[in-house]
Amino acid sequence: MEKYNVDASLLDVYAALLLPKEDVVASGHRACQGCGEVLAMRLVHKVLGRNTIAASATGCMEIISSPYPESAWKIPWIHVAFENSASVASGIEAGFKALMRKGRYPKRKINIVAYGGDGATADIGLQFLSGAMERGHDMIYVCYDNEAYMNTGIQRSSSTPLGASTTTSPAGKKSIGQQTWKKNMPEIIAAHNIPYVATINPSYPFDLARKVQKASEISGPAYLHAYASCPTGWRMRPDLAVQIGRLAVETGVFPLYEIENGQYRMTHEEEELRPIRDYIKVQGRFRHLTDDVINSVEERIRREYLSLAKKASPSD
Amino acid sequence: MPKQVPNPNWKDLALGGAVIEPGSAKYNRTGDWRSERPVWTDKRCVGCGVCSIFCPEGCITMIPDKTLDNERGYRPVTDLEYCKGCGICVVECDKRCRVLECIVMEEEKV
Amino acid sequence: MGERKGIEVSIAVAESASACDVDCIAAYPITPQTHVVEHLSEIVADGELDAEFIPVESEHGAMSACCGCAAAGARTFTATASQGLALMHEILFIASGLRMPIVMIVANRALSAPINIWNDHSDVMTERDVGWIQLFAENGQEAFDLVIQAFKIGEDKRVLLPVMVHFDGFILSHVVEPIEILSRDEVKSFLPDYEPAQRLDVDNPISMGPVGMPPVYTECKMVTEAAVRGSYGPIVECFDAFGKQFGRRYKPVETYRSEDADVLLVTMGGISETAMSWVDQQRSQGEKVGLVRFRLWRPLPMDDFMQAIKGAKALAVVDRHFSPGGPGGPVAQEIKYMLYNSEQRIPVVEFVAGLGGRDIYFTDFDKMYKRAKDVVQGAPIPPFELIQARGGHYGEV
Repeated sequence: MEKYNVDASLLDVYAALLLPKEDVVASGHRACQGCGEVLAMRLVHKVLGRNTIAASATGCMEIISSPYPESAWKIPWIHVAFENSASVASGIEAGFKALMRKGRYPKRKINIVAYGGDGATADIGLQFLSGAMERGHDMIYVCYDNEAYMNTGIQRSSSTPLGASTTTSPAGKKSIGQQTWKKNMPEIIAAHNIPYVATINPSYPFDLARKVQKASEISGPAYLHAYASCPTGWRMRPDLAVQIGRLAVETGVFPLYEIENGQYRMTHEEEELRPIRDYIKVQGRFRHLTDDVINSVEERIRREYLSLAKKASPSD
Repeated sequence: MPKQVPNPNWKDLALGGAVIEPGSAKYNRTGDWRSERPVWTDKRCVGCGVCSIFCPEGCITMIPDKTLDNERGYRPVTDLEYCKGCGICVVECDKRCRVLECIVMEEEKV
Repeated sequence: MGERKGIEVSIAVAESASACDVDCIAAYPITPQTHVVEHLSEIVADGELDAEFIPVESEHGAMSACCGCAAAGARTFTATASQGLALMHEILFIASGLRMPIVMIVANRALSAPINIWNDHSDVMTERDVGWIQLFAENGQEAFDLVIQAFKIGEDKRVLLPVMVHFDGFILSHVVEPIEILSRDEVKSFLPDYEPAQRLDVDNPISMGPVGMPPVYTECKMVTEAAVRGSYGPIVECFDAFGKQFGRRYKPVETYRSEDADVLLVTMGGISETAMSWVDQQRSQGEKVGLVRFRLWRPLPMDDFMQAIKGAKALAVVDRHFSPGGPGGPVAQEIKYMLYNSEQRIPVVEFVAGLGGRDIYFTDFDKMYKRAKDVVQGAPIPPFELIQARGGHYGEV
C-alpha cells in the first residue's frame, strides 16, 4: 500500500504510472462522454484487480456495461435487481465460504464487491445494505453517488443536495428544487459499527486507491462512498468532470475521510475552504439559486465540515 | 467461443442469457460518438500518465518509449476507436502539469 | 431404510434440507414457516449441518441472497409463506430467468387483507407465471420426500430451474405425523453433490443478468418456456428413481378411486386427504365419485390430467383462491383450457372453498357433489361459487 501514500493535493505527476495498468472494465461501454461515475468505477476495479466478483444494482453502471451481447466486465459479474446488490453479494460471500469450508472449491481470497448508485444505496436499497453490513459479511460495498436517479432521467434521490434541480424536484416559482438536505450515508453505515467506512473521489486517485486497497484487505464489511460527477445530470461541461471533484473537496462539499473501527481520520485537509460559489457556478442544476439559499448552504457545509474535523481530532 | 450476437436464435443463448465473453464491449467502437478529438504535442508531453488515469473510457495507455525526449520515458497512446472526445485529458493535463496546450481538442473531420 | 418417527412436518422439512447437505440457507421467519427456519438454524448452530445460515432482513433479501449463493455454485434452500412470497415476487422471475436451481418450501398461507395466518392457496396461485417448477405435498411424508426430489430435479443439467414445494400452513406445517426420515448417506446415494453448470468464477468470468433488449428478450422467454415445459421428462424420471430407491413413487397427477367415477373431485394440497375420506364414505353409499389431484403444478401435466379424467361425466373443482371480478379459480381455469379443444369437453363445476384457513367439511363436499350431480343430470352449469360464504355467493341461500 506504500506506493499509494501520495499526498493528494500535491499530486506527484509521475506517480500516476504507479497505478495498475490493467483495466477490468473494458472500453466500448456506453457511458456518457465525461462520465465521472464510470471513471470512479474503473479506478476502483483497477485497484481490486481480476480476483474480484462484482454484484451490481440496476442503474447507470449496470446499463452501460451490460447491453446484451456486450459486457464491459472482464471479471465475474452479476446483476439481479435494483435494490439488492448488497444481498446478492451477501449470498455470494456465504456461498463461497460454505463451499471452501466443505472442500468443494479451492480456498482462496476473493474480493466480493457490491455496488449501486445513490438511489440503489440510500433509497430503495437501504434495508438490504443495512442488513448486509449488520451481518458482517466479508465484502465491500461501493456507492457511486451522482446525487440523483440519473439512469432513469435525473430524478431526485435522498442524496440530491439541497437546491439542486432534478426532474422530480425541479426548480420553479414555488420551489428551490430539492428541499431537503443530502442524506449522510457514510455516517449511517458507520453507525453499523463496521470495520471500515471511507469517502473516495476519482479526482484524488491515490487516496482512492489506498482506501480501496484497505477495504479489500480488512476482514468484514467495508463501505466506500464515491463521488461520481455526472455532466449530463448536473448540466455541466463534460471536460470538467474531474475538476468538479476537486472543487467538491476544496469547498468542503465532499470531505475525504475514513472511519476505521470508529476512529475518524481526515485523509485530506484544506487549510481554508474555497467559497461554495466556485463549485455551484459551473453546474446548471444550481443555476436558479438565490444568494440567501447559497449562503445558508455554505454556512451548513462549513459547520458540518468543522464538526467532522473535530471528530477526527477530538483533542482540539 | 463463438461470438454472441444481438439477435440470436433462442437455442444459441447461453444459460440464463449470460454474456460469456468477458470484455465483449470492445466490439462496440464508441469512437464515432465524438465531435472533436484530443491531439498531443509530443515535444511538450512529460509522460506523467495523468491523462491515462482520468480517461473514463480507459482508452489512453502509457507505453514505454525511450526515444522520446521526456523524463519518464513513457508516452500516451490514445485508442481513437473508443475516445468519446470528452476533453477531460486536456483539462487535467493543464491543471496537473501546467504544461499548456500539450493536448488540444481538434474538431473531428466528417 | 430411514428411521420412521412421529415428527412435526416443519421439522421434517428442515431435516430433509439437512439430509440434502445444503450449503446455504437464507431465510426470513413468517408464520407458519417459522419452525422450518428455526430448526435449520438450530442444526447449523450445533454443527449437525455444515451450512451458512444467513439471517436476512426480509424475504426479498432472502431470495436475493439465494440468487447470490446459487450463482456462487452452492446448494441453496429457503422457506417462506404468503406475504413473504409476495414480497419476493420480483426476484422469483429473476431466479428463474438466471437459471438458479434454488429450492424453496412454501407453507401456503392466505394473503392479506385482512391479515390471516391460516392456510389457503392465494400465495401460490399468484405466482403461476414466475417460471419455477412447482410441486404440491399432501402430507408430511410427501413434504419430506419432495424437498429431496426438488433438489434432484432443479440441479438436473437438463432442467436447471428453481423449484417450489408447497405444503399447507398449519394444516401440515404444525402437525405431527409419522414420517420416515432418510439419513444424509441414504440421500447422498440418490442426490449427488451439486455441480453447477455455470457459476461466478474468477478463472472463467461471465456476466450474469445483462440487459435483454427487444431483439433478444423474446428468445430468452422462449428459453424459459422450453426449460419449464421440458422439465417434465426429468421430473417423471426423478419420481420413478425415488420410487425405486425408497419405495414411494409419486406421479404428476394422482388419482383416488377414479376409474369408474361419474363425478371427479379435483383438489390440491392437504385437503386432498379429507377428500379421500369423503370419497370412501360416498363410495360406501354406492355413489360413483372419485378424486384427482395435481401433484405437479408447473409444468402443467396436461396429458396426465386428461388421462386421469377419462370417462368422467363432470368435474367438481375445489379452488382455494380466485381472481375477484375474473374467471373464478385458477385450477378450474387451467382445466378448462385443457378441455376446451379436446374431445373430452365435460362440464366443470367450480367451487372456491377453504379460504383463510376455513376448514372444509364433508358437508361442503356434499354440497359440491350435489351441484355436480345436478349438472350430470342436465342442469345448467353454474358459475364459480364461493361455497362457504355466509350470505351465499349469489344471494342468501
